[in-house]
Amino acid sequence: MSDERIISYSEAIREAIMQEMERDENVVFLGQDISGGGHREKENMTDTWGGSFGVSRGISTRFGIERVIDCPLSEAGYIGAAVSASTAGLNVIAELMFNDFLWLAGDQLFNGAAKIKYLSGGKQSCKLTIRTVTGAGLNAGMHHSQSLYALAAHIPGIKIAIPSTPYDAKGLLVTAIRGDEPVIIFENKTLYNTKGHVPEESYEIPIGKAKIVKNGKDATIVTISRMLFIALEAADILEKKGVFVEIIDCVSLVPLDEETIIQSVSKTGHLVIVDEATPRCGAAADIAAMAADKAIDYLDGPIKLVTSAHTPVPFSPVLEKIYMPDSISVVNAVLNSLD
Amino acid sequence: MYASKEGDVMEISKDILTKAYRNMILIRRFEENLQKIYYDGKIPGFLHLYTGEEAIAVGVCLNLNKTDYVTSTHRAHGHFIAKGSDVKKIAAEIMGKKSGLCRGKGGSMHMMDMDNGLYGSTGIVGGGFPPAAGLALASKIKGTGQVSICFCGDGSINEGTFHESVNMAAIWNLPVIFVCENNLYAQSAPQEYHQKVKDIYIRSKGYGIQGTCVDGMDFFQVYDAARKAIERAREGKGPTLLECKTYLYSGHYVGDARAYRYPEEMKYYEENKDCINIFKNKVTETGVMCENEFINIESEVIYDVKEAVDFAVNSQFPDEGELHDNVY
Repeated sequence: MSDERIISYSEAIREAIMQEMERDENVVFLGQDISGGGHREKENMTDTWGGSFGVSRGISTRFGIERVIDCPLSEAGYIGAAVSASTAGLNVIAELMFNDFLWLAGDQLFNGAAKIKYLSGGKQSCKLTIRTVTGAGLNAGMHHSQSLYALAAHIPGIKIAIPSTPYDAKGLLVTAIRGDEPVIIFENKTLYNTKGHVPEESYEIPIGKAKIVKNGKDATIVTISRMLFIALEAADILEKKGVFVEIIDCVSLVPLDEETIIQSVSKTGHLVIVDEATPRCGAAADIAAMAADKAIDYLDGPIKLVTSAHTPVPFSPVLEKIYMPDSISVVNAVLNSLD
Repeated sequence: MYASKEGDVMEISKDILTKAYRNMILIRRFEENLQKIYYDGKIPGFLHLYTGEEAIAVGVCLNLNKTDYVTSTHRAHGHFIAKGSDVKKIAAEIMGKKSGLCRGKGGSMHMMDMDNGLYGSTGIVGGGFPPAAGLALASKIKGTGQVSICFCGDGSINEGTFHESVNMAAIWNLPVIFVCENNLYAQSAPQEYHQKVKDIYIRSKGYGIQGTCVDGMDFFQVYDAARKAIERAREGKGPTLLECKTYLYSGHYVGDARAYRYPEEMKYYEENKDCINIFKNKVTETGVMCENEFINIESEVIYDVKEAVDFAVNSQFPDEGELHDNVY
């Protein structure tokens, strides 16, 4: 049965792109080295790279270089072109190789794409999906390891989805492509090889709806991206201590599913937020502020944030390891909140 | 006596020739060693090697003073070695050790060594252009006579930072030389696929600066062109875009299978255009150095590389307490 099919996070993303390109001929795909090799067709060297993590391998072979376009190292240029092309009848998926390059492409997204709907009084759509890559853990150093979704969340006018599972990766991408507004999807590089259940047929997952991954009564843990798995490890440890946590995967940062979080806190009375990004002015702080504002009456303990250190992502493996949150830090945060 | 690109004859001292060979073979053997120990699992993260392009870093940097500036790329080891950074500290940094140039916090792609004028490697393509202009601006305003070298690749020429920085260098008449290592590929993209022009140096015309192009596999052409550009810069005659045609033996990073390259192309460069072989042949022809001298230098270098790698392997990782140092 297709329902039981297990594929990887990267395969799920590739499948979503290919199915949407099949469905709608206006869907085009831009990025750097997304096929690679310059399509030296006569030498049979048409698809020799497939993106930095192999996610897009085979897509240009299937749909051709008119719709799968390798871009020069001009992030402001091609992301900006993707923004405007998305207002002119195309439905653009653009890959930004690492989210650390948002600083280069940022003007076109934050001063451009984010303002279009507002400026046009809601009339002008911008059918733009940006896929980009977050996360530390591969010793890739400070220019390829940051988690910068809060940067984008700060700017009104862009939706932000952050899938943690292959199932969500496919469904969120399909929703983003079919929608009329700019969406940035932040994929965690350490998740590409993780596997999970993904239906073959196309499906949408709403952007703006969080997911209760585990039910519990004692404390609520809200996670972003890969932190879900740290929290699940922590939950196992906590259960042995008789503490039963509820885990909510944020899934989307914009819109933020406040209701699901508040409802859970109203049940548990405790809130811990786990985010791999740096803490200052980050997503975890934002969610904490929301809960302090709207769920204070339900809270029986301090809101605890578990984040990375407020430092650049260090290269040295020993430092990178302690830079990031781990399950023990989550366990301690929950116990501190309950204390 | 050796020929410049224009065929002019130039005299180069034996001291310079010895340093040139030493540094080129040092970079080559260092990189080969790194590749080996990378596969042994001793190097974390990603590793971008410089093998094949040695004549450029060495040919340019032999014309520099210690206080002159260099901005580098993600493919930085050759630039650091040629500019005089300590090989032991480079190796240690690449392995994430406390004894590294940046105490292990940067790694290969994020090194800095201002004691030797190295503003740094960068993980951001095109990230070196504005700093090169800014360093040159500082030396111009302060009247120090320092020049600034910006090593860059063919792919980075498509970044906005290139165009913005070259224009600023032009209007402010800055002592900066943009040294483009055109190795024909931007990651996997062949040059003809990402740029309509084959000769990058002609872009200098659009900004009103000096531009020149040399065979980057020929140390003597690079050395001569860099010397002239650096002299011009020091004399206040402004920036130069120096294109060096070259070829990278390794893939984009260690582990890249190079499926996007023509096998015959790789073979051609390794067999016919190797910068170290070309150098040795030319120097041997003049009778200034003989094979035995090359062998002796190489033996010393092999020892130095082993010493550097052993130093790095045996060094400690940083203390966990260092994580929070130097942020606010």
